[in-house]
Amino acid sequence: MASTPLLSVEDLKLHYRSSRGVVKAVDGLSFDIQRNEALVVLGESGCGKSSLAKTLLRILPRNVHHCSGRVMLDGTDIMALDEERFRRDVRWLRIAMVMQASMNALNPVVRVGEQVAEPLRVLRKWDRQRAMRKAAEVFELVGISTDFLQRYPFELSGGMRQRVVLAMALITDPELVILDEPTSALDVLTQASIMNVLKRIKRERGTSFMLITHDVATSSEIADRVALMYAGQLVEISTAGEFFRHPAHPYSKLLMASVPRLRQEQRPAHIPGQPPNLLAPPDGCRFADRCPSRFQRCAEDPKMFRLGYRRQVRCWLFAEGGKRP
Amino acid sequence: MNTSPPSAAATATSETPLVSVRDLRTWFELRQWGFVRVGSVRAVDGVNFTLKRGEAVAFVGESGCGKSSLARTLLGLHQPTAGVVEFEGRSMASLNSRELLDYRARVGYVQQDPYGALPPFMDVRRILREPLIIHGIRNRAEQERRIRKVLEETRLSPPDEYLPKFPHMLSGGQQQRVVIARALILEPSMIIADEPVSMLDASVRVEILSLLRRIQTSHELTLAFITHDLSTVRHFAERIFVMYAGRIVESAPVEELLNHPQHPYTHALLAALADPDPDNALREREVPSGEAPSLLNPPSGCRFHPRCPHAMSGVCDVDDPPDFEPRRGHISSCWLHR
Repeated sequence: MASTPLLSVEDLKLHYRSSRGVVKAVDGLSFDIQRNEALVVLGESGCGKSSLAKTLLRILPRNVHHCSGRVMLDGTDIMALDEERFRRDVRWLRIAMVMQASMNALNPVVRVGEQVAEPLRVLRKWDRQRAMRKAAEVFELVGISTDFLQRYPFELSGGMRQRVVLAMALITDPELVILDEPTSALDVLTQASIMNVLKRIKRERGTSFMLITHDVATSSEIADRVALMYAGQLVEISTAGEFFRHPAHPYSKLLMASVPRLRQEQRPAHIPGQPPNLLAPPDGCRFADRCPSRFQRCAEDPKMFRLGYRRQVRCWLFAEGGKRP
Repeated sequence: MNTSPPSAAATATSETPLVSVRDLRTWFELRQWGFVRVGSVRAVDGVNFTLKRGEAVAFVGESGCGKSSLARTLLGLHQPTAGVVEFEGRSMASLNSRELLDYRARVGYVQQDPYGALPPFMDVRRILREPLIIHGIRNRAEQERRIRKVLEETRLSPPDEYLPKFPHMLSGGQQQRVVIARALILEPSMIIADEPVSMLDASVRVEILSLLRRIQTSHELTLAFITHDLSTVRHFAERIFVMYAGRIVESAPVEELLNHPQHPYTHALLAALADPDPDNALREREVPSGEAPSLLNPPSGCRFHPRCPHAMSGVCDVDDPPDFEPRRGHISSCWLHR
């Protein structure tokens, strides 16, 4: 049944001002996230994936030049809300986030339990006792013993601190949690157990996730759908099954071939060239320079072409009457 | 175990291993208020191995397992607390300062963070000249010839484009190539690369690893590659040493280790590693409970026993497991092989 998606983003743009011109970090993104769905946003560094998260939560730096588009959360346009309404009703209460490397940004002189309970005390005006009871609950949910509520950040290992910031995002029971590289600084075993926690939360509480990462292998641990970004744009959005087994866009194919695999003979191949400068992205397809299947039409800007159910690809190969590979 | 002091006169032949390490311990003393001893962090605690000439090996382990301390001890940057490191049959402890300088020219170091490893106030030419000056190659023409040669080898060509650049003007991948060029310029017999790609973008990683491997084969170098990422090891090393809590728990040729892992810790590592597969989302992975032990006060017996699903009480928690060889050329320190 096609119900209204939890989050639906239309033509989202975020351009930064810099001393050398306008940087088009996010340049016309459209996608949606269903309830209880995990969307993985994949991309290399500098492709605009963290800027996307910051735009959704409206935590933008001062040098924003242009920010536009529509972001519908459960049918209401949250981009149209004024700052105070957004702060009171949306940020952290309905969309929460685990920021990149935030486990190293915990306040060193405040016990972690207090820090985790803080969103409830500030946003919901709960008293300390009630908020701490809820903090104990989410600690158990993310797999930390409640004894740790009284500890300071330096007394916890990296994996534990990552669980703490996850608890901080979950304490308000948000409908959508954005995770920006939640496991990239962690060890293999810790990574695997954090992914287990996320899977369990998704299953038991029906939370939706947007996972931002460059790590293709780890992202497959939770992905229902995958959105691949390149130079500020989406180049492919597919279900996880299609993306990991049969990537369509030439960039998706090269990216999948560059992932080192433990259980496969095939040697990983690297993608030649470098992503374009976002100060002056090339006309036409932004991947054309590095693309092995480039042809004349790539000089024009491709749009997202539909390719089956809920699958879109930004490549002329998939245009009506295009030469599909 | 043979720990007799090696004779200084031992001559290096092609038969002797390039590096031989016996019962190596690197401990760091921990003090409170600057003078009260509270104990030692046993970063490397009883490590044995040999490296052959022209061999590429990988030391794999999680953070805090002692792999970087091991690398820095091999480089002569840390004094070993106990044990022997022999390079071409000579013990490092017996080297005087001239000989130590010479040793450092024979062993190149590729650091983890290329931007941190390159001085920001030097251009590429100056960065690459520095080791030559220190090691007494003062002839400008000779310097220039060598600099151009390593730049070509690390695919930073044309050299003229890169020579006047400062580190901040280069991309991460290019910076790491400069670091590799600097490690190569004195024509070493061994390169130690400590997590050479963990700071780089996924698409550049394979490129840098292939470059290192190509240089290693063409120069017949010994490459010791330190990493936490088992999935890249398969293509870029011949032998793997798995480290846990300051010790090597398992070692074998790459394919042998990946196809027939013996030690429970290696099993856990392999089980936790994902290949991109949409079915991963359907199941949870098995992860051993707990965390790696404190190196200040490591558990008695086998260091993995508190987390091990096969731990046998009365055995694993009492005695250190020795090295067993459950399969040919495959060493595992686990009482299960008894």
